[in-house]
Amino acid sequence: MSLYDYTFYAFAAITLVSAGIVVFSRNIIYSAFSLLFTFFGVAGLYVLLNADFLAVTQLLIYVGGILILLLFGVMLTNKVVSVDIKTGTLQTVPATILISITAGTLCGIFYVTDWRVVTSLPEMNTTTYKLGEMLMTSYLLPFEIASVVLLVALIGAAIIARKEKVATK
Amino acid sequence: MLTSVTLTHYLIVSGILFSLGIFGVITRRNAILVLMGIELILNSANINFIAFSRYGGMNLDGQAVAIFVIILAAAEAAVALAIVLNIYQRFNTVNVDDISRMKE
Repeated sequence: MSLYDYTFYAFAAITLVSAGIVVFSRNIIYSAFSLLFTFFGVAGLYVLLNADFLAVTQLLIYVGGILILLLFGVMLTNKVVSVDIKTGTLQTVPATILISITAGTLCGIFYVTDWRVVTSLPEMNTTTYKLGEMLMTSYLLPFEIASVVLLVALIGAAIIARKEKVATK
Repeated sequence: MLTSVTLTHYLIVSGILFSLGIFGVITRRNAILVLMGIELILNSANINFIAFSRYGGMNLDGQAVAIFVIILAAAEAAVALAIVLNIYQRFNTVNVDDISRMKE
């Protein structure tokens, strides 16, 4: 067990425990804040996997953007002050059975399959420069399409979410 | 199996994360918690991409795909939350089992 292994287990534990809290917590605010720690744990796993740029992107976009957006959604759609913010669940028992089967099958497949792992791992380098180069050369078309998609999504979100004027009769 | 960390360890973490996300999507009544479950699923997929990118000899292609997944997740969250807010204005609830009509 090297330091790398201990770090991996620590981040994996953070990720899975807080993801469990997200899913099983009754209080939606607890879920939202546990999601923060899940994203942090996943970012740590990215660092261990030699994806430094993606780890920072994960922190900036998920923790900084998507989580704030989700928290705004929670605040705007629940009567936080007056009514409780607990939420119900549906069909817990069949879902638990289904999920146990899914997780068991996936982990079994992952464990049994002989993945074609490269024998010599590439050494850890910074990836930012090469990723930028790839986005500007071999991934240029998806990159441009993604920018258009982001623009359309932002305009569409603004149009959908704006308050409808009450029709005066 | 507390051995040195290999590809399988990352895959198992992402498999459990994926199952938890699916559980959140199919059991919670609140639409925002369903969205959180979807984010968990996307994160588990990203872990897979990056793990294969490192251990499978794919160099940086897996990471490039993960970048696009993050971009699409951001767009999806923005649009989905706008839809949820609109639903809340019209129906005064965001419970997915109470909303059975497209229009009030």
